[in-house]
Amino acid sequence: MLSSEVRSKEGFDYGAPRQPKVVQAITRPELDKISQSLAKHMKRIRNTHGQAKSSVSLRGLEKAPTGIGGLDEISGGGLPRGRTTIVCGGAGCGKTMLGLEFLVRGVEEFGEPGVLLAFEETPEEMTRNVASLGFDLKALSDKKKLFLDYLPVEPSEIHETGDYDLEGLFIRLQHAVDSVGAKRVVLDTLEALFSGFSNMAILRAEVRRLFRWLKDRGLTTVVTAERGDGTLTRHGLEEYVSDCVILLDHRIQEQISTRRLRIVKYRGTRHGADEYPFLIDDSGLSVLPVTSATLNHKISRERVSTGISDLDTMMQGKGYYRGSSILVSGTAGSGKTTLSCHFADATCRRGGRCLYIGFEESTDQVFRNAASVGIDLNRYVKKGLLFHRAWRPSQYGMEMHLLHIHKLIDTLKPESIVIDPVSNLIGSSTQRDVRSMLMRLIDFLKEKGITALLTTLTRGGNHLEATEEQISSLIDTWILLRDVEQSGERNRCLYILKSRGMAHSNQLREFVIRSEGISLLTPYIGSGRVFTGSARLAQEAKDSSEALLRKQTIERKRGELQAKRRELEARIENLRVEYAAEEKQMEMLIHQAQNVEHRLELDTQEMAGSRQAGLSGDRQNRKHVNGAQA
Amino acid sequence: MKEKKTRGKTAGGSHVAKDVFELRLYVAGQTPKSLAALANLKRICDEHLKQEYRIEVIDLVKHPQLAQGDQILAIPTLVRRVPVPLRKIIGDLSNTERVLVGLDIRGPSAPVAKAESA
Repeated sequence: MLSSEVRSKEGFDYGAPRQPKVVQAITRPELDKISQSLAKHMKRIRNTHGQAKSSVSLRGLEKAPTGIGGLDEISGGGLPRGRTTIVCGGAGCGKTMLGLEFLVRGVEEFGEPGVLLAFEETPEEMTRNVASLGFDLKALSDKKKLFLDYLPVEPSEIHETGDYDLEGLFIRLQHAVDSVGAKRVVLDTLEALFSGFSNMAILRAEVRRLFRWLKDRGLTTVVTAERGDGTLTRHGLEEYVSDCVILLDHRIQEQISTRRLRIVKYRGTRHGADEYPFLIDDSGLSVLPVTSATLNHKISRERVSTGISDLDTMMQGKGYYRGSSILVSGTAGSGKTTLSCHFADATCRRGGRCLYIGFEESTDQVFRNAASVGIDLNRYVKKGLLFHRAWRPSQYGMEMHLLHIHKLIDTLKPESIVIDPVSNLIGSSTQRDVRSMLMRLIDFLKEKGITALLTTLTRGGNHLEATEEQISSLIDTWILLRDVEQSGERNRCLYILKSRGMAHSNQLREFVIRSEGISLLTPYIGSGRVFTGSARLAQEAKDSSEALLRKQTIERKRGELQAKRRELEARIENLRVEYAAEEKQMEMLIHQAQNVEHRLELDTQEMAGSRQAGLSGDRQNRKHVNGAQA
Repeated sequence: MKEKKTRGKTAGGSHVAKDVFELRLYVAGQTPKSLAALANLKRICDEHLKQEYRIEVIDLVKHPQLAQGDQILAIPTLVRRVPVPLRKIIGDLSNTERVLVGLDIRGPSAPVAKAESA
């Protein structure tokens, strides 16, 4: 009622207040009918919403997906459909590969036939080059899905006299497009033309006409071009095409090469502007947008076991949070790898998939060593739960490592990942690069909800509670392993330096690696010091003997006390007996005295009776005499 | 459109080469450039070529697949198939001097030394 009043004040006319419907009047079938029509209605709303969404994107720039992993993501859906994209870069940076993959995937995944005009390589050479990537160009051209044409430009054979144009190129292109019904065209190093023809005025006009021609026919085109000195392309092709320019780069740093891709320009669309590392491997190109630095990953409240029940106990008896990142740092030989193996073992035992990346030890070595402490990792490999990959940190640059891990995660979809150790990466790159790479890796893992265990080696002389990679602030749970050297032995200690979001134990625990795995020893809570190994045993023995001594002293004192009490009691009893005897004696004497008194009185009365004298006066006199005597 | 034109020269001439010139002119339709090229070619051959020659005109608009054989990009292109080596001259052939150099023909009006130096 209140709301209707408010509304009427605001000027809304709701008419007479509606009669509320009687709920009981609706029968079950009616209710079903209502809910059905409601569901239909909702579906329609949702559909129209979806259509509205897609029509919005249609109104924008239409994209032709490349099918190249990652490139579609950073370009917002692919290359501009019906327009020309320039792919430029130095020698050997993968321009042709990108173009070819664009064509092949266009045919295989998007049903769009393509044409490749190669100015530098023959179709046979090209077919051979990409066969290793699983691209069968011959089969595709046999199926009339792909048209390969080779247009060599030999400046030595060509003499120019007078006016000409490149109609031949257009005719051949038209022929190629018509013969397969192409939607995509790749012109591989169009700039070869510039070396073959000397009349720049004609050439430039013709190149401009070519781009116009391609655009008019709605062909999605990739033109590759050599990188120029200070310009994007050597002959300024970017002046003609201004829709999309992709720059590929191949850089060597610390003797390790990294390929990078950058979208320099993409008219009419939002795109990632960073340099993205990319990889050419046996499945073609893959670009991974790895510079995402968002901090909005969903977190889990679920807990996963550490693989060591005692360690679980230290973390409220539950272990790590799922999807958190754990750092295990420690000096050499402090048991980092064994701890990692336990974690991998626990993941697989639950039936989860685990990816173990080793930068130091080969697969066999890790498995043998794990078996020596009672962890059989081989059976999980056979079950397809554990994936161990080992490579040298120096094998790739930082970005490549990241890409590799990304790819592995994408294909294997593990629940948890172990990287052992990340400190080895330092050797192959600068600290800043490693930190940046690990930060992005941890971000990525968190986004995917993958529990990550990283180990890092603390070198001798370094501060224990700092990592060389300076990643400790990114880490959720940090377990410190350290050696304690004491009375001629080294013993291992474990300590949870931090663990976000849980009440964890603050104890420094000694742990031992036995043939059945790691176990933590019950904490020795002594006099302010930590004792490990035999010192701990000695201290325990000493402590127990001291305790025994104390106990004996107490016993003795207690006995003494009891004896004293008994003595006291005996004396009290004695006194009491004496007293009782004395009392009896006294009472007897009193009695006798009373008797005497009584007799005297009787005698006096008798005497008074016989003398008939005044009793009272007589008595008074005697009292007076008594008082004087007293 | 394929045209073949041959012209026989009187046999037994002292400076007649053994080879017959086989020339192919690639055009694309009846464009002014193509027509000019054909006219220029005929004129040059008549004026300067002492050997027997054969001109084949190929219209790529009608036979686009033929462009691949001689790797034609520019139009018009004149290809000297015989004698070897293969030579290509592009353009409307308006510069007679350059055509002669391109075809490697020593015309009477072009002294030997000049042709070679050019």
